[in-house]
Amino acid sequence: MKILLRNPRRELDLPGPMVVSALLARLEINRESVLVIVDGTLVTGDARLADDATVEVRPVISGGAA
Amino acid sequence: MKCRVCRAPAVVEVRRHNAGFCPGCFVKHCSDQVARAIEQYDMLQPEDRVLVAVSGGKDSLALWDLLLRLGYRADGLYIGLGIGSYSDESGAYARAFAEARQARLVEIDLPADFGYDIPSGSVAARRAPCSACGLSKRHLFNQAARDGGYDAVATGHNLDDEAAVLFGNVLRWDLAYLGRQHPVLPGGGGFARKIKPLIRLGEREMAAYCVLQGIDYIVEECPMAEGNRHLGYKAALNDVEVSSPGSKAAFLFGFLDRVAPLVQGTAEAEREGLHPCPGCGSPTVSEVCAFCKLVERAGGSNAASGSGPG
Repeated sequence: MKILLRNPRRELDLPGPMVVSALLARLEINRESVLVIVDGTLVTGDARLADDATVEVRPVISGGAA
Repeated sequence: MKCRVCRAPAVVEVRRHNAGFCPGCFVKHCSDQVARAIEQYDMLQPEDRVLVAVSGGKDSLALWDLLLRLGYRADGLYIGLGIGSYSDESGAYARAFAEARQARLVEIDLPADFGYDIPSGSVAARRAPCSACGLSKRHLFNQAARDGGYDAVATGHNLDDEAAVLFGNVLRWDLAYLGRQHPVLPGGGGFARKIKPLIRLGEREMAAYCVLQGIDYIVEECPMAEGNRHLGYKAALNDVEVSSPGSKAAFLFGFLDRVAPLVQGTAEAEREGLHPCPGCGSPTVSEVCAFCKLVERAGGSNAASGSGPG
């Protein structure tokens, strides 16, 4: 699986298949702080990611102190 | 996972509601939550004109889209902050959204209109960048709303934003700030009415809404915000939320329902000492308002103040 991460932008290669929630646990990412997008489509935590999937882990936390 | 409403495959999970949603039902969920917030807190009347504070990020563009969907007369105001390519990119997203929906976007550019930008201006004024940015935006949105005759300024503050602000205010037991924390701040005395229609929706929901609606927004975090306290509060609250879904909503709405009425007097007392700033006419408790001081210290010019570029 090709994994795209942001802030900073970087890519990882990980072996699949894997469930989304397991991927986030492995990356030590809080599931409340990201969306997971597979080939342009949003997926839920129980979705199974294929070995050849391109997966974007998009952070959703933003904002200054204003 | 299935959609809670129609049993189609779900694409978004909202754990605090113990629910998944398909694309269509999720968009309706967001629209319903905004309509409910507007009604619950008496934010708007159907004929009101609203000025949406637009940053090019997910929350403000989702808010603008949702208000237009609900039939409100909503214009956008984008402020160019002079933060290099980040500002260039965020402005492009705001313009693209407005053009696609044939909506009106008003623009103010800090370097061109006021002679300073956030990176250098905050250093010169000895303020944290987020502080200088927030002060500039609050002042200019307020002034543009008053000058343009809008009934309210709508900001994209969501449930996570408000819970994080509340967390910070509680840590310091800042009663003045706690007294001001409400989904609606009334207008009058030089202040435009301010509303936060996304109060019932989380940050993750707003990002999902943009993805599903095909709204392009700036995903990268503002380079000036890195390491700020507010982001730390959000991370701390998400650590609680992940093991106890619904905690952020319980924290915020418990405050609004049971504590806010007890501390509102603090904010009302603060308004009694306000008078117009001699520089720009905005309400202030000081001799000169904080925005005029910032502009002066940042080496800019407040000549546009009073007429307003909007």
